[in-house]
Amino acid sequence: MRRSVIPGFGLSLGITVLYLGAIVLLPLCALILKASDVGLAQLWGILSSPRTLSAIRVTVTMALAATAFNAVYGLLLAWVLARYEFPGKRILDALVDVPFALPTAVAGLALTALFSKNGWFGAPLDAIGLKVAYAPVGIAIAMAFTSIPFVVRTVQPVIEDLGSDVEEAGRSLGANDFQILWRVIFPAIFPAFLAGCSLSFARSLGEFGAVIFIAGNQPMKTEIVALLTFIRLEEYNYEAAAAIATVMLAMAFAMLVITNAVQAWNLRYLGRGDG
Amino acid sequence: MVKPVSERAHTEWMVTPVGAGPVARRVVLGIVTVITLLFLVAPLALIVSSALSQGVGVFFRSLSDPGTQHAIWLTVITALIAVPLNIMFGLAAAWTVTKFEFPGRTLLISLIELPYSISPIVAGVAYLFVYGSQGLFGPLIEASGVKVMFALPAIVLASMFVTAPFVARELIPLMQVQGTDEEEAAVTLGASGFATFFRVTLPNVRWAVLYGAILCNARVMGEFGAVSVVSGNIRGQTTTLPLQIELLYQDYNVAGAFAAATVLTMVALATIVIKVALERIGRETDMPVARPPGH
Repeated sequence: MRRSVIPGFGLSLGITVLYLGAIVLLPLCALILKASDVGLAQLWGILSSPRTLSAIRVTVTMALAATAFNAVYGLLLAWVLARYEFPGKRILDALVDVPFALPTAVAGLALTALFSKNGWFGAPLDAIGLKVAYAPVGIAIAMAFTSIPFVVRTVQPVIEDLGSDVEEAGRSLGANDFQILWRVIFPAIFPAFLAGCSLSFARSLGEFGAVIFIAGNQPMKTEIVALLTFIRLEEYNYEAAAAIATVMLAMAFAMLVITNAVQAWNLRYLGRGDG
Repeated sequence: MVKPVSERAHTEWMVTPVGAGPVARRVVLGIVTVITLLFLVAPLALIVSSALSQGVGVFFRSLSDPGTQHAIWLTVITALIAVPLNIMFGLAAAWTVTKFEFPGRTLLISLIELPYSISPIVAGVAYLFVYGSQGLFGPLIEASGVKVMFALPAIVLASMFVTAPFVARELIPLMQVQGTDEEEAAVTLGASGFATFFRVTLPNVRWAVLYGAILCNARVMGEFGAVSVVSGNIRGQTTTLPLQIELLYQDYNVAGAFAAATVLTMVALATIVIKVALERIGRETDMPVARPPGH
């Protein structure tokens, strides 16, 4: 360690480690400990049960659908905020923060009311035979709502930092708008875009509050992994709850590793651009 | 001082930038506006209109329901305990990782950000296995007679878990940029560690602390998943405001649910207004307030 004249290292490190240890690491260790108490055969039984598999399938599919929607809408939003001047731009920028600031239960309640049979959107959709609330697509909408800021806020600064020189170079070499967009701009923002999408996907996998209002929560149909964990707890089936929660934790770690790898790639990419 | 890119871009363009043509611009702006109105504005509008549709009288009567009153009180108490502790932790953590070089520093930063990636439900379940009757300390706590699980302490602890990175994450990039010169000068001139912290470091980061605290407060008041596991959802005792919304909704008391939701929506909107104001202060004072890429 480099000697520093600034005092207080011991005290501040102590507070930090104590807080992280007691608040974050202790519970996670307790969870893993509990899951490791469950025998391998029983663990396999819990995880391979049709209900668990169905919950994982619903969660992953709908998180993918939500991420796909956010990829397109988030990219457009980031583009508009970074490149255009227009009246109401500040309001649009502030609106992007709504899903983060609004409690998930409130978001879930509002989306359910919007898409229920006699809601503002639900009624016209029902007339053409589309069911959103209490159906899998409702889960995807709730997940997309709560995770849209991840894509926008990751991509927006990168688009803002794009220099005009590369575009001018492309133009002077005779590229048209579409070629510049596809060959020059998109490659430059791609790592950030990918990072934003993986953050959005990770958040969607773990989302609970917003989803349970709109999902209808029918086992085997519209039940997500987070809710199944909760139900197992209410049934006092602690082994199953621990096992499923550990799977969710493992998925979160996997997404964390992927996101960090993408972001490291992103930084290298940016570093190369600066010269 | 380098000019912000957004300003530079407008002065240096030699050709029409991609997407700046009148047709492309109108189409993209149109699509974004329509989706935003449907996707982000409609839910907000619906909450307010539903709460007020039955009249202001019903709205306030719903809020004066004893269950809702207790939920508001519990939510405020939780925030009053969790947010100051989070500020203290954020300052200590940022001070540790930005003012000193030590082995394990990168690992510590990753650990600080870890709760962002973990589902609140997992956090709640994890707490149950520490303090619940099945948990590590369960028997010990039961013997001592203190109530942790399904009571205020567990609600506060779970809230602290999900918000652990909030203040630290705002402070770390800022204090990294500010470096250690000012602190080193203060210490060399004979200031004590505490004097250096309170008179040099803290004034430099006060807006970022407030920024993080506001976001932390919004999350604590709105946390649902983790709190719903550890609180046990005992009606009138451990239901925070977000849990009360679900309870009222399941009771088919839609007016009550929307009244409670409106209170939390007001907190959210106030949070965004303060956040925008703090970002402006940050720009004017040349202090880069980091945009949080995620919660």
